[in-house]
Order: sequence, then structure tokens, then C-alpha cells
Amino acid sequence: MARIGVFVCHCGKNIGATVDCERVAGEAAKIPGVVHSENYLYMCSDPGQLKIKDAIRDKKLDGVVVAACSPHMHERTFRRAVAEAGLNPYLAEMSNVREHCSWVHQDIEDGTAKAIDLVRVMVEKVKLNQPLTPIRVPVTKRALVIGGGVAGIQAALDIANGERDVILLERDPSIGGHMSQLSETFPTLDCSQCILTPKMVEVASHPRITLLTYSELEEVDGYVGNFQVKIRKKARSVDMDVCTGCGVCMEKCPVKKIPSEFNVGLSMRPAIYTPFPQAVPNVPVIDKENCIYYIKGKCKVCEKFCGPGAIRFDQEDEIVTYDVGAIVVATGYSLYSVGEKPPGSTIAGYGEYGYGNIPDVIDALQFERLASASGPTEGHMRRPSDGAEPKTVAFIQCVGSRCPEKGITYCSKICCMYTVKHAMLYKHKVHDGDAYIFYMDIRSGGKNYEEFVRRAIEEDGVVYLRGRVSRLYRKDGKVIVRGADTLSGTQVEIAADMVVTANATLAQPDSQDVAQKIGIAYDKYGFFSEKHPKLAPVETNTAGVFLAGACQAPKDIPEAVAQASGAAAKVLEMFAVDELEREPTIAVVNEDTCVACFFCKRICPYSAVEEKEIKDRDGNLIKLVSHVNEGLCQGCGLCVVACPSKSIELLGFTDEQLFAEINALAE
Amino acid sequence: MQLKVPGPMVVSDFTQQVEAIIGQSVSKCYQCGNCTAGCPAAPEMDFGPQRIIRFVQLGLKDLALTSNTIWTCASCVTCTTRCPQEVDITGVMDALRIIAQREHYPVQDRYVTALNDIFLGNIRTFGRQYEIGLIGKYNLRTRQFFKDVMLGPKLFFKGKLKLLPHRSGNVREVREIFRRVKEESAASSANRAGRA
Amino acid sequence: MRFAYFPGCTAPGSAIEFEMSTQAVLEPLGLQFDEIPNWICCGATMGHTTDDNLALALPAKVLLNAREMGGGLEVATVCAACYNRLRATNYEVQHREDRRAAVARILGEEYGGDVGVRHLLDIVVNEIGTEALSEKATKKLGGLKVASYYGCLLVRPPKMVAFDDPEEPRSMDRLVDAIGGEPVDWTHRTECCGGSFTLSKISIVRRLVNDILSAAKDAGAECIIAACPVCQPNLDLRQAEVEKQYGEDYGIPVLYFTQLLGLSLGASPEAIGLDKVIVDPRPLLSAKGLI
Ligand SMILES: Cc1cc2nc3c(=O)[nH]c(=O)nc-3n(C[C@H](O)[C@H](O)[C@H](O)COP(=O)(O)OP(=O)(O)OC[C@H]3O[C@@H](n4cnc5c(N)ncnc54)[C@H](O)[C@@H]3O)c2cc1C
Ligand code: SF4
Ligand code: SF4
Ligand code: SF4
Ligand code: SF4
Ligand code: SF4
Ligand code: SF4
Repeated sequence: MARIGVFVCHCGKNIGATVDCERVAGEAAKIPGVVHSENYLYMCSDPGQLKIKDAIRDKKLDGVVVAACSPHMHERTFRRAVAEAGLNPYLAEMSNVREHCSWVHQDIEDGTAKAIDLVRVMVEKVKLNQPLTPIRVPVTKRALVIGGGVAGIQAALDIANGERDVILLERDPSIGGHMSQLSETFPTLDCSQCILTPKMVEVASHPRITLLTYSELEEVDGYVGNFQVKIRKKARSVDMDVCTGCGVCMEKCPVKKIPSEFNVGLSMRPAIYTPFPQAVPNVPVIDKENCIYYIKGKCKVCEKFCGPGAIRFDQEDEIVTYDVGAIVVATGYSLYSVGEKPPGSTIAGYGEYGYGNIPDVIDALQFERLASASGPTEGHMRRPSDGAEPKTVAFIQCVGSRCPEKGITYCSKICCMYTVKHAMLYKHKVHDGDAYIFYMDIRSGGKNYEEFVRRAIEEDGVVYLRGRVSRLYRKDGKVIVRGADTLSGTQVEIAADMVVTANATLAQPDSQDVAQKIGIAYDKYGFFSEKHPKLAPVETNTAGVFLAGACQAPKDIPEAVAQASGAAAKVLEMFAVDELEREPTIAVVNEDTCVACFFCKRICPYSAVEEKEIKDRDGNLIKLVSHVNEGLCQGCGLCVVACPSKSIELLGFTDEQLFAEINALAE
Repeated sequence: MQLKVPGPMVVSDFTQQVEAIIGQSVSKCYQCGNCTAGCPAAPEMDFGPQRIIRFVQLGLKDLALTSNTIWTCASCVTCTTRCPQEVDITGVMDALRIIAQREHYPVQDRYVTALNDIFLGNIRTFGRQYEIGLIGKYNLRTRQFFKDVMLGPKLFFKGKLKLLPHRSGNVREVREIFRRVKEESAASSANRAGRA
Repeated sequence: MRFAYFPGCTAPGSAIEFEMSTQAVLEPLGLQFDEIPNWICCGATMGHTTDDNLALALPAKVLLNAREMGGGLEVATVCAACYNRLRATNYEVQHREDRRAAVARILGEEYGGDVGVRHLLDIVVNEIGTEALSEKATKKLGGLKVASYYGCLLVRPPKMVAFDDPEEPRSMDRLVDAIGGEPVDWTHRTECCGGSFTLSKISIVRRLVNDILSAAKDAGAECIIAACPVCQPNLDLRQAEVEKQYGEDYGIPVLYFTQLLGLSLGASPEAIGLDKVIVDPRPLLSAKGLI
């Protein structure tokens, strides 16, 4: 016969006002198998917990029901107390008489009757509870960081400086991300390259960091603490160990007219290239799509001129696998384009801005390259069409952003600030030039941000016009900007020499693929979802996977770096222990009755179900059965429902237990 | 100018009146000015379309209905096409013209309404448009006897103006439509007045 | 291909050459346009600026008449304004219950927006196709530089019309290309000409028409083509006074797209009403050896 204790909590007036706790305890005492029952003002308090512990010892309880708040709130508390009294914690359950009862009832009679039912139900369940032990999984103390922008770099350095190994994976030929393309950064105007390059070099030389550039994620397997990742190292066609980075090959390559990705099409690059001179690693790659040798089978000029003999035309992609315990995703963002809507996209372009075909209308990233001392114009303001110095420049904010008509509802957060920076940089370079900014709002929340905006207006003479721009077209070598200033209520027409659009920040175009490979959630725009918008901003719903930087939402550098350090701290926290503990409420398969239909395998959202071979002593296959991986199963219960032969049980929530609960209500 | 809020700020009757016609809430407008920016007639308007939408949002009926804007709008749909918030500004302009006429607001610009009247009168009479009649009557009504007087012969000698109207065989039905429209519109404004 | 034809009120009068040239291209293109019996005016701009119920009732009546012709015919029209009103009516009754009910009360008959409405340009470019068109066009235009003017109502609002891009439409440009003309790239394809004010607010009309003509001239256009009987007269008839007011000398013939199409399909200058155009296109066309 069971020996169960029931403890009814008043939660001050929270429960006590609409549930007669004393009566509930009294009724509970009458349930067969209940040997102890009491009520108390605050069960979660120390004296409350002590009451439970004492009762367990004195009455030799073999099951505990706490009728109180939601298990979300205090299940851990009470299970810990129960364990301290020497009882298996999984023999204790909570009956939610607060959220599910007192908070939703007005009438004390109704509330009390329902609370009694809820307690009865839980008592019947607890009678069938089995002792369970938490699952312990070992932790591989090596992290994978995906994306080598400033966020990925920061996360990798922090983890490595915490004395743990890091694999830093970057798909471009160099790390650096968008920050390496920026000229100077708000609100301090320090040079982006100058503050980033030292970090890039540190990454490359850190003994704890394995840097894989020009590489892509192929597959992620396993679970928290025990991931296996497969990575494709794309063939660079250059031997990294031999190349000295002299750059002769790039000078000699006869292909010269490939639009440079790094300079956003404002300059050209050869077929063998490094994205920019400060690239890390400083080893070129051959762009096979544009290399004459790969297209026509003839050329090899680079090979002829390469002193150390580093060119390897026959190099092939290589697949490497690593075991890692945690993953930091830092894949960053991409920039919206005003060009025509790509097929399948839900985001449209700006026909009214000529779909990007008007010369001298450039986007913000192109402006960064124009303003950069290492850019195609060495930092001189020259417009693309004729190289002339633009004397009137119009900047347009919120292009794509905050525009449901184009398919984007959100604010991109960073563009107000980089636009004011752009206008300021322009005024510093062209003293007799005019800078106009068309804006809807100036979002300058951030340390010293508002002051930065005021400085542009008051000291540099930047003119803000409050209104969107409805149309751009070319006339007599100028760009006609048709906008408005809603503050004066007028239409504004500016004949500009150059126009700069502050395009929206988008998720990476392949972010959904990446998310699916790793098994994390994303929002409708493709930004990765954090576990909790306030309280768990760097975690994801998948244990062991963390987020850093603009892949989660538009962010500026300080925020991206802060989140990266946060993610690194989470990883180091995880790596501080040798084994992780996980809830034992997982699915188990009855191998005798399993018919190997594998419905469970198909339905499991966490890929926790595996096929297992049962063999006889000679190693001959007897049959296949389903097997649940303890590390991966999240205890969602889908497979239990799917199994046609009823061969799967969820520990802690067995059919027997659930039926006992229902029966208790039916009585 | 002053906007006084005498009591609790509720959505005004006027705002609701406009919204009932356009079938959309004007609260979507975030005053970005795109409509004013692209409006081909903005230079001639006393308030750009963005201001007019603001008046509607705040229930400033007299300001909206006495502006020349609503009669200067060319119904080109540029604003509606480009509004980032998908507000049907052209529809709002229509709604304001309709309300102004129904409620006999003094129309600043007789020319447009005169033309509308004659145009619709022609449809009622002939079932179709009768162009020379339209131009002639219009110039009479607006007392611009010699306006565009040179264009008439140009058209006439090109064989583009017919002296006799083309009638639709459906004239009787057309008159019936006009009659029922009148009833329907009266009923729907009465309905709205009743609700308000 | 057979359609229920809605000529619109300007067909017998101010846009007679549009009507003539439309009739001239039908047969060579293999199109059959059966006029909707006893059609009535769609109400045009005047309708929707005066009464929201009238604005839907007149076009709905037209569409109901077309439905009565049987055979599930789609309505074809050449007037961009009519096209816009008919499509807008379909959209409104499809999307707004209250409007559909009002229309039913007025017309004594349910109309749910089920009769399709096409503009001839849409039919030519998207049903017949530029390839077939190019084959049929025996008399190629010899690189005539043409600015295609779409105006506002043919492509806007995109929710309701949608056969081409609302900001950068190219149907007519593709048509010009297919019949051997050279479509010029220009900036004012969809800028408003002030059509609805052609009689009432002439100063606005002149300003807008001047902008359009000057953009066409800058782009090197030898002529403009239009697909709307409100736009064409605005650009054509008012050209002389605009030149006077702004001290410009344009002399750009403004034709209907059907006129150039007719020419390329071998129609005679008379059949397509070239003599009806005020800024005479014949000197240009004969200099190019096209007539
Ligand atoms: C025009 C402009 C100006 C700006 N100016 C400023 C400024 O002045 N101050 C400021 O604070 N912020 C500024 N920003 C914002 C700044 O660029 C971002 O905050 C910062 O770059 C975010 O860093 P990140 O590492 O999260 O992303 P990113 O810089 O985008 O880096 C992501 C990296 O991940 C790599 N990657 C992506 N997908 C994969 C994959 N599947 N596998 C492997 N690698 C992958 C990418 O190649 C890239 O290297 C500006 C932004 C723009 C557009
Ligand atoms: S020439 Fe050879 S060593 Fe020099 S950068 Fe090119 S591949 Fe490297
Ligand atoms: S082989 Fe290719 S990369 Fe090398 S020089 Fe020739 S084109 Fe350039
Ligand atoms: S940050 Fe500023 S410019 Fe960017 S979307 Fe938001 S409001 Fe617009
Ligand atoms: S309980 Fe859920 S997570 Fe666990 S194996 Fe079954 S379906 Fe997968
Ligand atoms: S464009 Fe739209 S959102 Fe902007 S002011 Fe006009 S109505 Fe409002
Ligand atoms: S529809 Fe009227 S308000 Fe809108 S852009 Fe055209 S003229 Fe202006």
C-alpha cells in the first residue's frame, strides 16, 4: 500500500483566497494511500520545505504531492527538498492549484472542489511513479563557431582564452565579415579595419583556435555536449602551407574584370584573389567559375609566376569531421537590394528607384567602400558614373525596412546611425558639399548616439528632411530625388549628384538551410530565434547551440560583440563540468513488441529515434527495432502517440499513469 | 491653429465615415510623406496628401473637406501604389470628395464638380458620354466660353467630335441605376448618421 | 480568341483612331471582339469621385451584360481608364462583402467579380506573345525610336491590375521591339499626365505634359505611343500650347500602340486613322519609309 503525503499551499492569498486549503488537505487525507496531509501559507519557503522533509522521514512516505503553483515555477525546488530527505525526486509531483485553479475561479466553492479533484488526480499518478535517475552525458570540451564576422571572432577568442579548443568556420576566403568592409564606425569614428585586424590576426595565431576558411557546414549530428560536425573545406587551388602571400599571382592573372565582392562591385578583381589586402589567412583562392584554366583548360599563368610553387589546380574539396560539445552560430546578415524581386522571395524591390539600375544610386555598403581609405577611391568621394566629386548627396533611410508593402515590417536598427555617420564622413571629405538625409524617425538610442546625430546637424551642417522618397530618376547626369518634408508639409525635389540608400538588414539568404542543419528555429524573416526574448537571448531552443551577432536580429558592432561574449560565457559554463545532467523523462522502446515500422523515427522532431539491429550470438541479424537516443530525446511524446503497436512509453508519463489520472476524475 | 481634445479621445465619426467608404483603417498611416513626395499635383495643393490623411486620423473634418487638395488630386494612384503601409490614399481622396458633395461643403473649385455633374448627367441621359455636349456645357456652366475654343475645331475637323450623341439602348436601365444608387447612398449615410 | 468587347465612350469620338486601329489589328492577330450589346459608360473618374456606389454599379452592369453574352467570355477593352474601373470593380466586390451587397441591391442581381477583364496590350503581349507577333509583323518598323507611355491607370494599383510592373512596365516596349522598333529607355513611362483634369485644371495638365514630352525628347524618342484614350489626346492635342507656354519645340507625334501595330501588320495609313492625329506622324513615318 502506498504511503503518500499531500501538502497544500496557500501561496499567501494567491491560492488561499479562492481555495479553502484546509478543506482540500482534509479531503486529501481521506484518499486511500494518503498517510499524511497538511496545509501551509508558503510551501516553498524554508519552513514549508522542512515540513515536507520531516513528513518523509517521520511517516516513511513513498510519494509526495505538492498542491501549489505551476511546476514551471517550483518543481525543481520541491524535488530537491524531497531528494534531500532521501526520497527519489521523481516520486514527487506538483498539482497546479494556482494558475489552473485559484487564478481562474471567482467562487471559493468552485475553486475548492476543483482543487480537490486536482489533488486526487495527482495522488493516483504518484502511486504509479517509478524512481528515475537523471541521464548523464559526457561533454566534449571543444566548440564550433560558425561565421567569422566580428561576433564569431569575439566568441572564438573568448572561448579560446578560457582555455578551450575552438573550430572557427568561415565560408569566405577570409574572416572579418561586414565589419572589415566598413570605413569608420559610429559613434566614435574609429577606423573599422584598425580595430578589427588585430583581432583577426589573434584568431589566426591562437594555439587553441583551428581556423577553417573557405569552408562550409555540411552536417550536424549528435546532441548537446556530443555533436559531430561535418565540414567541407572547399578547394582553394592554392596550398596554404606553401603560399607566402606575395600576391604575384593576382597581379599576373589575365582575368581582371570580376566585380569585387568586397568592394560591392565598385572595383574589379582577378580570378585568383584574396578579398582584401589584410585578409586572414592571406592566401588567395582561385575562383573556378572565372578562371580561364578551369573554363578552357589553358592558362596557368599564376602557376608559372608563383615562386614557391603553391598553386594546386588538382586540389579537391575535403570533408573533415570534428566532435564538439557546443556550437555558436554567428553567421551575420545580408543587405537588402532594391533590385527586382528574386523568384520565390516574399520581399520586393523598388521599381520607383529604377530597380537599382540608375547610375550614382548606391547602397550604404558601397558608400562604406567609397569612404574607406583602403577602398577603390582611396577614400575620395567619387561617384561611380563619371568619377566626379558629388556636390549634392541625398541619403535615404528605411529603404526596404518598415515597409510592409515591400514585405518587411521591422526596423533594421542600425541604419539611422550609419546614415548619420555617412553624411558626416561626406561633409568631412567634401567641405563645400551638401548632405541631405531623408528620414522617418531618427533612432539613436545608445551610448553617445544622440550626441553623434546632433553633432552632424549642428557642427557639420547635415540637413535632415522628414519624409520618404517616392521616386528617383536620372536627368541630365543628375539623380532627381522626389521626396517630402512632412514637418513643413512640402514636396521636396533635389537634383542630386549621388544618392545613398540605407538598405534593410536581412538574414543571410541561406539562413533557413543552416538552421535546419543545426536544428534551431528561425523567424519568418530567417533570423534565428533565441530561447527567450528577454531571459535567454543567447541560447536557442536546442541545448548546446548559442547565438551571437546579427544572425539573430539586426545589431550594431557593440551589441554583436556583447552577445558574442555572452555566448562564449555560456559555452565556458557548459565546459566547466565533465558531465551534463538531463531530465530522465524520455521515451523508451519496448523492443519485444516494436514492429520496426519507424513511424516514430519519421515523426520525432529532434531526430532522436534510431534504428537498432538485434543480433544473435553469431552476429546474424534477428530483427530491426527502434531505439531512442537518450541524449537527443526531449520527451515531447510525439512518438508515443505515433507508435501503432504501443511499444513506446514516456518515462514519468506512462499510459498507465495517465489513465490512472483520468480514472480518478471519472470516479 | 489648435487641436483641442475636450474629453476622452475617441475615433471620430468623421474618421469612421471615411473608413467605411475605403474599407480600411487610416491608423495604418505612419506619416512618412511618401504620398506627398510622389504626388504629381502636390505643387498645386494647399496640403499634401499626407497632411490630409493626418486630418482624417485626427477627425479634423473641416480642414480636410475645405482644402483644395481633394479637388486637385488627379486620381493617378501613384500614392496608393507606393504607400509603404498600403494605405489607399486615392480611395481616401475619393471618399472625401464624396462626403464633401453629399454634405454640401462649399467646394473651392467649382470646375471639377461642374465637370463631374455634366459628365454623369450625360451618362444618365444617353447611357454613354457625349463629348461635344460635355465640353460645351462645361464651358457654359463655368463661364469660360472661349476656353479651349481652339481645340474644338481641331477635333471637329479631324472627325473626332460628333455633333449627335450615341445612345446606349440601355438608357432606361441606366436611369434606374442612378435612382437606386441615390437611395443606396442616402440609406448608407443615414445609417452612419444613426450609428454615430 | 474571342472576347466581349467594351469600346468605351471615346471610341466613336475623340479616340476614333484608337478604335479604327484596334479594329484593323484584330483579324491579323486572330482575335474576335464582339461588342457588348447596349453597353453603358463605366463612369470613369467622375463616377468614383462622386459616389462610391455609382463607381461600382456602372462597371458591374457592364460586366453583367458581358456575362449575358454567354460562353464565359472575358471582357476586352483598349481604354486604360475603363480597364482600371472594370478591374477595380471586380476587386472590390471580390474583397468587400458590404460593397458586393450594395451592388446587388442597386442592380437587382448578384455580381461576384467573376467576369475577367483584359486590356488589349495584355492580350497581345501575353496571349499572342512577342514571338508570334514578330512573325506576323511583316512590315518591320526599321528601328523607329519609340517611347512607350503607360500612364497611371494601366498598371496601377498593382493589386487590381497586375499584368505588368507598376513602376517599370515593359509590355509595350517588348511589343515595339517585336515589330522592329527601338524602344527607348526613358524615365516617364508611368508619370501621370493629369488626364482627369484635361478639361478642368489645364495648368497642371500642361506642367505634367511638358515633363513627359521633355523626358521623351531627352531619351531621343521619335514618337510616343500610348494605350489610353485619355493620355493620348493630352499629349497630342495639348502639345502645341505646351510648346508655347514652355518655349519648347517638341513636335513629337503621339500614337496609339495599335496604330504602330497596325502599320507593322500591313494596314493602310487610312485604316488606322493616321490622319486623325493632331501632331502629324506621317512626315516621320514616310521619311522612315513606313508609309
Ligand atoms: C553600411 C553599414 C554600415 C555600418 N556601420 C556600422 C558602424 O559604424 N558601427 C557599428 O557598430 N555597426 C555598423 N554596422 C553594423 C555591423 O556591420 C554589424 O553590426 C556587424 O558586422 C555584425 O557582425 P556579425 O559578425 O554578427 O555579422 P557579419 O559581419 O555579417 O559576419 C558574419 C560572417 O559569417 C559568415 N557566414 C555567413 N554564413 C555562413 C555559413 N553558413 N557558414 C560559414 N560562415 C558563414 C559570413 O561570411 C561573415 O563573415 C554597419 C552595417 C552596415 C550595413
Ligand atoms: S604567387 Fe604563390 S605564393 Fe604568392 S600569393 Fe600567389 S599562390 Fe601565394
Ligand atoms: S589559371 Fe586562372 S587564376 Fe591562374 S592566372 Fe590563369 S586565369 Fe588566373
Ligand atoms: S534604424 Fe532608422 S533607418 Fe533603419 S529602419 Fe530603423 S528607422 Fe529606418
Ligand atoms: S519523445 Fe519526442 S523527442 Fe523523444 S524520441 Fe519521441 S518524438 Fe523524439
Ligand atoms: S505614404 Fe502612406 S504611410 Fe506615408 S504618409 Fe502617405 S498614407 Fe501615410
Ligand atoms: S492619386 Fe491624387 S493624391 Fe495620390 S498621387 Fe495622384 S494626384 Fe496625388
